[in-house]
Amino acid sequence: MGHSRFGDRSDVNLSELAFEAIQPSLEKSELTAKEIPYMALGSMGVWSEEPLPAVVIAEYCGLTGAGLVRCEAACASGSAAAFNAYSAVRSGQMDSALVVGVEKMKQIDTPTVLEIIGRAGYYMWEFENFGMTFPAYYAVHAVQHMAKYGTTEEDLALVAVKNHRYGAMNSLAHLQQEITVEKVLNSSVIAWPLKLYDCCPITDGSAAVVLASEKKAKELGVEDPVWIEAMGVASDTANLSKRETYVGLEASVRASRMAYRMAGISPKDVDVATVHDCFTIAEVMAYEDLGFCEKGEGARMVREGETEVGGRIPVNVDGGLKAKGHPIGTTGVSMLAELTKQLREEVKPSRQAPMKNYTALAHNTGGTGHYGYVTILRR
Amino acid sequence: MDKPLSLKSARTLQITYNLPISRTSKFWEGLKEGKVYATTCQKCGMLHFPPVADCGNCGLSNVKWTELDGEGEIVTFTQVFVKPASFSKEPSYIVAIARLKEGVKALAWLTGIKREDVKVGMKVKLVARVTSDGRATYEFIPV
Repeated sequence: MGHSRFGDRSDVNLSELAFEAIQPSLEKSELTAKEIPYMALGSMGVWSEEPLPAVVIAEYCGLTGAGLVRCEAACASGSAAAFNAYSAVRSGQMDSALVVGVEKMKQIDTPTVLEIIGRAGYYMWEFENFGMTFPAYYAVHAVQHMAKYGTTEEDLALVAVKNHRYGAMNSLAHLQQEITVEKVLNSSVIAWPLKLYDCCPITDGSAAVVLASEKKAKELGVEDPVWIEAMGVASDTANLSKRETYVGLEASVRASRMAYRMAGISPKDVDVATVHDCFTIAEVMAYEDLGFCEKGEGARMVREGETEVGGRIPVNVDGGLKAKGHPIGTTGVSMLAELTKQLREEVKPSRQAPMKNYTALAHNTGGTGHYGYVTILRR
Repeated sequence: MDKPLSLKSARTLQITYNLPISRTSKFWEGLKEGKVYATTCQKCGMLHFPPVADCGNCGLSNVKWTELDGEGEIVTFTQVFVKPASFSKEPSYIVAIARLKEGVKALAWLTGIKREDVKVGMKVKLVARVTSDGRATYEFIPV
């Protein structure tokens, strides 16, 4: 796999950024660009100028001729691309496939980015007259979670503090400085009760992984393969008003149960997880939705350090979306790259999760739980 | 590090969508008459808000219009401070989701109250409104 440095990457264009992830992923897999039969790209791409990013990137990286697709599942576009490529390999249609995520969000101004992401619900009923923003969609979840379970703004701040601490240990992360609870609580209100440091940054970045069938992996002599054991997929209504509650994301519950069943595991078998913490409340809800704890216990998990390295189940020890950054379509692929490194015990010891079952989980949400993807990896 | 170089694109794209409302026109006309309508499926009886012309629950396209009373209770809410570009001239606004007495929920602005005074469980009323620039919409007001 390959992974660019995340952050403000105004120093490169879309194709150059994709190259930073694709080239190393090809080198490590012993495949050349010409040998890749298929590439699935996760990218939203409204903020950058190319409407056909898969084609442009394929040409730039020497992949022209391969089958191409750009997948959209909002912030889970990277996982959608992975699912697409995984299905192609798993079905026997392809013996290998490249999964790429790339996003260049810093080419336009911030209010326009908020405009584009805010429209990503049910445009007609949530944006046209009411101007919902992405922080606002998650803020309504935070308010209900706080009202129902007593979760506090301080609890949410602890998620940001944890993820910044690990982001500071990740040289590829966008935000590499530690923060304090006070700093989070005193930061400007974006959509009450969510403040600046409850929100992930607007980030550029790319990631790539090569998938291969068991036969192809043997042929290539891959020494230490990491296997996709299962991918669970689900969705929820476009209109938030059509949902039963706002204390969790049903698509995460459904996708995770599907993935656990397919992999034949339970949440307690997971050694390390990346969860979709686009906002601090999202990480708290993810613990509960994925079955790491009971409903309403998410804040306690972070308070008691259960999701830190050395805790019961380390979560987002790469900094998460919160500190590593969230280049929309890249995130799902970045999670797979990070977990592959975790499973191979290749990350800095300070943020390496101890491996017992060599099993990892990636949870990637598109929209406000509109799309749910849960992937189980095993080494 | 040197400042990254970029070209300012000479091509500007401005998009304004036409939003088709032929099949839900009664809803938009209703707002101008001070009424908020939902639709009810004549086969399965499901009440739909926002209104739909086709029932996704049973596949029937023969729905009837049902005026909502508007009484409801706040389920959750937020106040948007950092706004999208097209809302930049609006003062900070409260968005609430409320369950109406008919059973459906609605998402709309909550006006006429400070956020500090808003509580989950608070009674509100969903009312039609025509904005100063002639746009038909709906909002919650405290009761």
